[in-house]
Amino acid sequence: MKRAVIGPWIALILGALYFIVPLIATFEFSLRMRRGEYSFDAYRVVFADARFQATFGYSSLLALATIVVGVLLVVPTAYWVNLRLPKLRPVIEFITLLPLVIPAIVLVFGYLRLYNSSSWLPMTSHERATDLLLTFGYVTLALPYMYRAVDNGLRAIDVRTLTEAAQSLGAGWATILFRVILPNVRVAVLSGAFLTFAIVIGEFTLAALLDRPAFGPYLQLIGANRAYEPSALAIIAFAVTWACMGLINLVGRGARNAAPAAP
Amino acid sequence: MTQTVSSPAVGARSASFALSRFSWAWLGVAPFLIFALLFLILPTGFLVVGAFQDNEGNFTLKNIANLSQPNIVAAYWISIKVSAESAILGAIVGFAIAYAAIAGGVPRWIRPTLMTFSGVASNFAGVPLAFAFLATLGRTGLVTALLVTYFDFNIYHYGFNLLSFWGLVITYLYFQIPLMILIMAPAIDGLKHEWREASTILGATTWQYWRYVAMPVLWPSLLGTTLLLFANAFGAIATAYGLTGSSLNIITILLFAQIRGDVLHDANLGYALALGMILITGLSNIAYIWLRARSERWQR
Repeated sequence: MKRAVIGPWIALILGALYFIVPLIATFEFSLRMRRGEYSFDAYRVVFADARFQATFGYSSLLALATIVVGVLLVVPTAYWVNLRLPKLRPVIEFITLLPLVIPAIVLVFGYLRLYNSSSWLPMTSHERATDLLLTFGYVTLALPYMYRAVDNGLRAIDVRTLTEAAQSLGAGWATILFRVILPNVRVAVLSGAFLTFAIVIGEFTLAALLDRPAFGPYLQLIGANRAYEPSALAIIAFAVTWACMGLINLVGRGARNAAPAAP
Repeated sequence: MTQTVSSPAVGARSASFALSRFSWAWLGVAPFLIFALLFLILPTGFLVVGAFQDNEGNFTLKNIANLSQPNIVAAYWISIKVSAESAILGAIVGFAIAYAAIAGGVPRWIRPTLMTFSGVASNFAGVPLAFAFLATLGRTGLVTALLVTYFDFNIYHYGFNLLSFWGLVITYLYFQIPLMILIMAPAIDGLKHEWREASTILGATTWQYWRYVAMPVLWPSLLGTTLLLFANAFGAIATAYGLTGSSLNIITILLFAQIRGDVLHDANLGYALALGMILITGLSNIAYIWLRARSERWQR
């Protein structure tokens, strides 16, 4: 019996070492900028860098735009499939899984060929249009996660009854979607939104190849040219990812606690 | 339904009603389908078609044949090897950790902690992950320095290099292992206590339990998830780019250079490169989905 407990502990401790040591090492490295003593100089330099502020702001904005477009695209579709087109579910699900099959670099390669400045829809010839293309690209990358989250949320509620109740009270489709369905799947939508944010904020491939000033390409640039700032940036990126996942857990737990009160 | 079918007139009317309602209902998913067409299917289709065309747009298999150039074959091969090594190692280690946390008789708080951390780590990829490993196992990294200080052992004198094949595998494991843990946890939950107890009562050894009870149940999810990890690593680029710049010749970095500057001097060959990637990730994902369907019947 004793042996059976030692084995798992060894696996867990070795695993914990592998995952925690790089974080400690990165943090330690990020503090070494000042000779001979630990300091937060690297962080000060990073936060004061105008390009950090600009690229982080740009990527945050892009993440928000991605979430808004993604929610507007996914919630009505998943709702409609649940309500009226259950037969179409396998097709829609297959499409939402495609971004996991087609690597991001292949997708953006296709964008550059299909929407270049000499094509039928020249989305890369103007900066704002490229931003839009990048947003749509991120919506595509986040599609598997966003759709799964929203679909799970919709399956947990009685879509048909809610719709009929709203209709018999005279609600139109917009009212049903935004004031009845959306509030009922808000936890699922928020989970998808935070995951989308975590994916978009540091994304490199699409932003670099569409040549937009996002956070990912900035990280790569700093990594190639600086010594201590990259470690500080890695810690910041880890903190942002952690915050997104923490918020997912938080809204999920809030929903479970609230469930008995509002059945 | 049977009632309406019994009367042809009513049946026809309800059919036409169903048809009109159907085409109207179809409109509800039209925005999604148009979006998917424009930003998912057409861009990919353009590359797939381009892979079978020459510069003038005539059909050809030359691009596919040209994939046999030594540097392209090498790039595919290194990518496949890195993805396979990181997938297999990630699967073994991830399974061991997940099993230890769920069924290993350790305190209960460990499982939710592990799951939360896995959610974070599986999303902590790309350029920042490369920075973290440079600070750990790079030439001036903490672990490298500690080994020199305390054990007088410089791993870089013994052939280790983070900017290499194994360096990349070790770095990829940081998101592969957590992904394995997240996906395998429900499958491990599906291993019922009663099976273990029953096999023990019947006199089975631990080896026999794993060989004849646990593994036959688990293998579809184990193999399927390993394939998912493979595809996950195969399409990755940012981590490798942040770690090695463009010095390691993996397929995504070659394609990146091709997109940026047509390094192959043949646009259509670039499309064939992309097609090859889609085929490899596509096949491993299809196998994953098939195996997942097989494994789910044990998880009810």
